[in-house]
Amino acid sequence: MYDVLIIGAGVIGCAIARELSKYQCDIAVVERESDVCEGTSKANSAIIHAGYDAIPGTLKARFNAKGNAMMTELSKRLDIPFKRDGSMVLCFDEKRISELEELKRRGMENGIEGLQILSRQEAVQIEPSLSDEVVAVLYAPTAGIVCPFEMTIAFAENSVMNGAKYYFNREVTGIRRESGYFDISTSAGNMQAKIVVNAAGVYADVIHNMVCEEKIHITPRRGEYCLMDKNAGALVSHTLFQLPGKFGKGILVTPTVHGNLLVGPTATDEDDREGVYTTGEGLAKVLKEGARSVSSFPNRQVITSFAGLRAHEDSGDFVLGEKADGFFDAAGIASPGLSCAPAIGEYIAGLVAAKLNAVSRCDYVAERKGIPHINTATKEEREALIAADSSFAKVVCRCELVTEGEIKAAIHRPLGAKTLDGIKRRTRAGMGRCQSGFCSPKVLEILAKELDKDISEITKCGEDSGFLIGYNKGGAR
Amino acid sequence: MKHDLIIIGGGPAGLAAALGAREKGITDILIIERDRRLGGILNQCIHNGFGLHTFKEELTGPEYAARFISRIEEAGIPYILNTMVIDIAMSDARKIVTAMNEEQGLFTLEADAVILAMGCRERPRGALNIPGYRPAGIYSAGTAQYFVNVLGRMPGKEVVILGSGDIGLIMAKRMTIEGARVRLVAELMPYSGGLKRNIVQCLNDFDIPLKLSHTVINIHGKDRVEGVTIAEVDSKGKPVEGTEEYISCDTLLLSCGLIPENELSQQLGVELNPVTNGPFVNESLETNISGVFACGNVLHVHDLVDYVSGEATQAGYNAAKYIAGKTTGTAKYIPIRGVNGVRYTVPSSICIDNMDERLTVRFRVGAVYKNVKIVVKAADTVLMSISKKIVAPGEMEQVILLKNKLTEIENCNEIVIGVEVQND
Repeated sequence: MYDVLIIGAGVIGCAIARELSKYQCDIAVVERESDVCEGTSKANSAIIHAGYDAIPGTLKARFNAKGNAMMTELSKRLDIPFKRDGSMVLCFDEKRISELEELKRRGMENGIEGLQILSRQEAVQIEPSLSDEVVAVLYAPTAGIVCPFEMTIAFAENSVMNGAKYYFNREVTGIRRESGYFDISTSAGNMQAKIVVNAAGVYADVIHNMVCEEKIHITPRRGEYCLMDKNAGALVSHTLFQLPGKFGKGILVTPTVHGNLLVGPTATDEDDREGVYTTGEGLAKVLKEGARSVSSFPNRQVITSFAGLRAHEDSGDFVLGEKADGFFDAAGIASPGLSCAPAIGEYIAGLVAAKLNAVSRCDYVAERKGIPHINTATKEEREALIAADSSFAKVVCRCELVTEGEIKAAIHRPLGAKTLDGIKRRTRAGMGRCQSGFCSPKVLEILAKELDKDISEITKCGEDSGFLIGYNKGGAR
Repeated sequence: MKHDLIIIGGGPAGLAAALGAREKGITDILIIERDRRLGGILNQCIHNGFGLHTFKEELTGPEYAARFISRIEEAGIPYILNTMVIDIAMSDARKIVTAMNEEQGLFTLEADAVILAMGCRERPRGALNIPGYRPAGIYSAGTAQYFVNVLGRMPGKEVVILGSGDIGLIMAKRMTIEGARVRLVAELMPYSGGLKRNIVQCLNDFDIPLKLSHTVINIHGKDRVEGVTIAEVDSKGKPVEGTEEYISCDTLLLSCGLIPENELSQQLGVELNPVTNGPFVNESLETNISGVFACGNVLHVHDLVDYVSGEATQAGYNAAKYIAGKTTGTAKYIPIRGVNGVRYTVPSSICIDNMDERLTVRFRVGAVYKNVKIVVKAADTVLMSISKKIVAPGEMEQVILLKNKLTEIENCNEIVIGVEVQND
């Protein structure tokens, strides 16, 4: 019997697990995929929004401001790549500057500091690559960019350090209320917990509706993105939004914390909760509209494209809190969900702890260090890493300069990587311009060796995503 | 440590360059190779057809490499393996090379001259903007070649290949021999990107259809590839509505072009030609940075390793000349320009004083031309005019410039190479 069972190991589930692990309670996190960060958390804009966008009074507004503020300290404590690059909302039409002012007012009501309307001349001073079309911008200095993989993994690892247990490849298929606890049936047997927390992303309505009288409904909203080469990463130094207009919310152009350029997303409502596909029209739209924001848009520098699903609840807002006795929702976490994750984690954990009358742990470990990265290390740090373990001098991924030492570390950490995608998200091996052409065979071999498996058993991201299907005619050697 | 010459890359280009420099008397050479053996990508190219020009016989890739490796061993040219060069920088005229490996950790070396021979990489799916899911089962052809030929494993059983580059064609045959069913090769362009002989020997001989002016417009399958949708494309490369066809497969191989790996070159400040993605070089295969040479696929992508070896040997000779101080640094440079369908030339400029009696200029055309002449002009003088039944983007062409001819021309400010229609 667990005190708390959290459904979903995305950024929200992991943030809740981490906050709850500050208390004395037994936590289980149950995930249908083979790793943390396999759903919406891995395919989004990788942005910590300033918080001016949400309608004042909504949960989105409240938790965005709070989550953004928490990131400074969190990123240090948990070693999460995060940078306050500042964002701009670009206005392309003199007649619409009033809409920037409206956004600014809304932001001030939400408690966002430092918002300024800048004229074109002022904006170009700090962002020289703005396109000729830009007439004015709303500048939000507190906006930031983050690595969503590392953020999720950091929350998860830190919760494991403090006792949380994670169960992968385990899909929740039913929840039955017993007296004083829930019996949760999963694809790998039944589990029991006093409290259930629903952080199931695009499936959160399914989970919610298993328990609650009042039903909710989530529409997966698909967003397509293009990621560009690091050669294009320095094009902009701020996150550039477009003023929402008659053609939709607009496409953002942003640097990533790793120095790439990210452009997207589109927004298409989707029936399929697994419908993470891109389309010719979608990618074309991303590149066409992204090009409006900056001059000399590098549309030939795309190295990969992807799609993610935002869990849009019919109300348009998050669904948070105890929705049935002992059942807590963190549902409908669409944009700005990543930005809100730290605050949602703290809020839900607080509610759950109060319900359990849980007391704080005295042995709580608040700090977590990530895998050291040769690519970003200084000369002295590199030398020290290599002196301690020579495999930190053995390069596996040449594009992102990732060494065998880093890959082995990713495998042997708590919640270590078991798949190619797991390695990619933890180390960046395969994230670069060759997109794993050269390193994927090497990573397969390292995974197989370290996990004592045959390379044919190593998959891309889950059981059914095998890389190799058998031997040549020569057979096993 | 200080060396006369450091060669970055121990593939066919690096090996031939080292031998060339040694032949011209340079003894203090170091080859730095990132892989666990010399030979580069040849080690996974177990098909034959290598060496027809160089050795007048048909060798496999590993056999071809082995001939060069044994000559390296015989000459006692030092090399280090499993070593990644992570930076090249200039300090006055010296080149500072930073590298790392398990034995030596992070270390720096100095050299008078550097030859860039890092090869190329394959264009990945993302760069092609192919829509659809992102399941397992999508490989660049060279990665699949590594799985099959080096690891002895099959990446799939039902295969569609996008792109008719040579590696894709070779893998069509290879996968078929190993028992896979290759459904088709789709090529966006109205002509193949590979060598004619590979079309015949790898596709026609195995009844594998080549669909020209076709591309993959969707990838199906959430976990593993289940199929692709292909479609015909118009003259602008846009899919033609109504021509979509679903092809069931578990694997999609991509052979859609090779990109020279010039990240190190760029760190050093080497100027790249946007057409080739390789450095601009002069008659000595020297980049804009004095004493830094380039050869092989890092310079421009070749079809035949024999030409890589030839070019790289020349780079070795030229580096030796530079080290011995025999090149003039100030002489007049004449640009060589591709016109009328010639997309680029290597070299892109020459100094007549520094050139050998014979200089090979390599180039590619941008489309298929039949019954044409390749015309080379300097000033208004026609230097040569060579009749060709066919020239195609998939086949590199070359002409040889003679020093004595060029010195005869007064006011030679430019050399142009172009395709012209045959009048007769």
